Amino acid sequence: MSLLDIKNLSVRFGDANAVPVVDGLDLSVAKGEVLAIVGESGSGKSVTMLALMGLIDAPGIVSADSLQFDGTDMLRLKGRQRRHIVGKDLSMVFQDPMTALNPSFTVGFQIEEVLRQHLGLKGKAARQRALQLLERVEIPAAASRLDAYPHQLSGGMSQRVAIAMAIAAEPKLLIADEPTTALDVTIQAQIMELLLDLQREQDMALVLITHDLAVVAETAQRVCVMYAGQAVEIGQVPQLFDAPTHPYTEALLKAIPEHSLGARRLASLPGIVPGRYDRPHGCLLAPRCPYAQPRCSAQRPALEAHERGAMRCYFPLNLTAEVV
Amino acid sequence: MLSFIARRLGLLIPTFFGVTLLTFALIRMIPGDPVEVMMGERRVDPQMHAQAMERLGLNKPLYAQYLDYIGNLAQGDLGQSLRTRESVWSEFLTLFPATLELSLAALLFAGSLGLIAGVIAALKRGSLFDHGVMGISLAGYSMPIFWWGLLLIMFFSVWLGWTPVSGRIDLLYDIPPVTGFMLIDSLLSEEPGAFVDALRHLILPAIVLGTIPLAVIARMTRSAMLEVLREDYVRTARAKGLSPARVVFVHGLRNALIPVLTVFGLQVGALLAGAVLTETIFSWPGIGKWLIESIGARDYPVVQNGILLIACLVILVNFVVDILYGLANPRIRHQK
Repeated sequence: MSLLDIKNLSVRFGDANAVPVVDGLDLSVAKGEVLAIVGESGSGKSVTMLALMGLIDAPGIVSADSLQFDGTDMLRLKGRQRRHIVGKDLSMVFQDPMTALNPSFTVGFQIEEVLRQHLGLKGKAARQRALQLLERVEIPAAASRLDAYPHQLSGGMSQRVAIAMAIAAEPKLLIADEPTTALDVTIQAQIMELLLDLQREQDMALVLITHDLAVVAETAQRVCVMYAGQAVEIGQVPQLFDAPTHPYTEALLKAIPEHSLGARRLASLPGIVPGRYDRPHGCLLAPRCPYAQPRCSAQRPALEAHERGAMRCYFPLNLTAEVV
Repeated sequence: MLSFIARRLGLLIPTFFGVTLLTFALIRMIPGDPVEVMMGERRVDPQMHAQAMERLGLNKPLYAQYLDYIGNLAQGDLGQSLRTRESVWSEFLTLFPATLELSLAALLFAGSLGLIAGVIAALKRGSLFDHGVMGISLAGYSMPIFWWGLLLIMFFSVWLGWTPVSGRIDLLYDIPPVTGFMLIDSLLSEEPGAFVDALRHLILPAIVLGTIPLAVIARMTRSAMLEVLREDYVRTARAKGLSPARVVFVHGLRNALIPVLTVFGLQVGALLAGAVLTETIFSWPGIGKWLIESIGARDYPVVQNGILLIACLVILVNFVVDILYGLANPRIRHQK
């Protein structure tokens, strides 16, 4: 059984008729698995995970058939029960480490808070554990950093602290929402390596939200490609990169600069992501898709399973057996 | 930190001279002089008038009077009241605790209620409570103190009879001044009912004096809180699984307090200005009432030095607030 099983998740902002930001998403994560969610800005990657964490506020509306995590439906949980899971078994690292830590409290305080909340550690024991955590995330001179304030740390250091906070209660699933986007290139690799080390060491599942396909290729076992709030393709890592089945995935891969060496322009799809007022009736990619047929604009395709994963297209690429 | 303190102390000198010059000039611009006021309605005999003025040193040219004044100040001499012959300093010390007690009560009222109302308004943004609090605080801020005071006296003291109209304590009680704070002294005196009576005298003036700071603090807390609640670190705190109360009051309020604290400090100055009106309305025997009476009597030394002492007090309070600000905000504390 998978650790996380999301069925038909939709998130809207405003009323029930508003255009969904996340639209009928199905997603599962196995125990100890590394899943990457890729897609451009606004495709609903972060919102999906915030909905799972219960961090979508009014006017956001979260609806789903189920948000099954570790045997519990997160959707049906109320306040206190949810807070027993969030921050403990299910935790999250955010994009911008410089704003994600509270400027008024020391690093030690902010880590010890998690230990007190979820593990009941207090005083010396909590401080000792916080120190171990800082050492685990490879912060130099960790003992002296316990009493440091976030503004005294660099971006990479702050992200390490945020990671220490997230893994403090040994979560079963860690969500990393573009954990390296705000950092220097040299630091990015270190942070990614740290996350993967922790993932292997604690056998925790990792959901990695990212724009960076190179990172996905190196780290993830499975990928979910999102476009305009929908999952358009889900597949295993080497296969999806070698033989994408969805035209959007193919376009994303073509847009990697290394694939366009010698060309004068990067390959890209014409047009932009549909917005609130021009959301197509049929396939969301149809207006931009080079392979679009009349059927694509008439009816929206469903996510169909195939031998290597799943995709949402009537005319998939690179598939031997026709699924439709 | 030391250089910070030195800089602030350096700023005191021009402020100090500005205040002396201003009060010295302003009180002399009001028509009439102390002798005329003392002589009352009767026509003043010019010769007696001149003699009295000479005795008081008020016949000298203005610049000489000012130099005398500064010279005395430099020796730590705040002069004597022309009316009572008491030294200004001892009169100030006698009356100041009353004002301090009133101001502290007003700040306590404004601070506690303002913080709570501001936080709730921010959490329930756009609700009836939010609009209500913001509307009332705008009204409170715009309300002239003297009128507001008279309205409350009419309602609570005259119609309902819940609170006394004026003074610090009923004349039936004879409370020996120990600390100067009536609430404490009445407890020390062990006279039955004295403390409750002192409290009943304090409530209405404290509310009147605290109304404007309350309005400012409530609005400031609301806007600071709204801003802070949008911050990423609040989301982080929620992602840790902390209770909503802890997220709001520990992670939110701690940061929202920083701008509120600044406003709080500025309100202390406004509070002393408000005390002048409030004490007059409620016949509260503090320095506000003392100054008003002294202006009426053209009691030059009292007005000049009383205002100077208040100015020093306001500067001192703001100085303390600046230090507190550093304590509340680690980003400032660590600047070298």
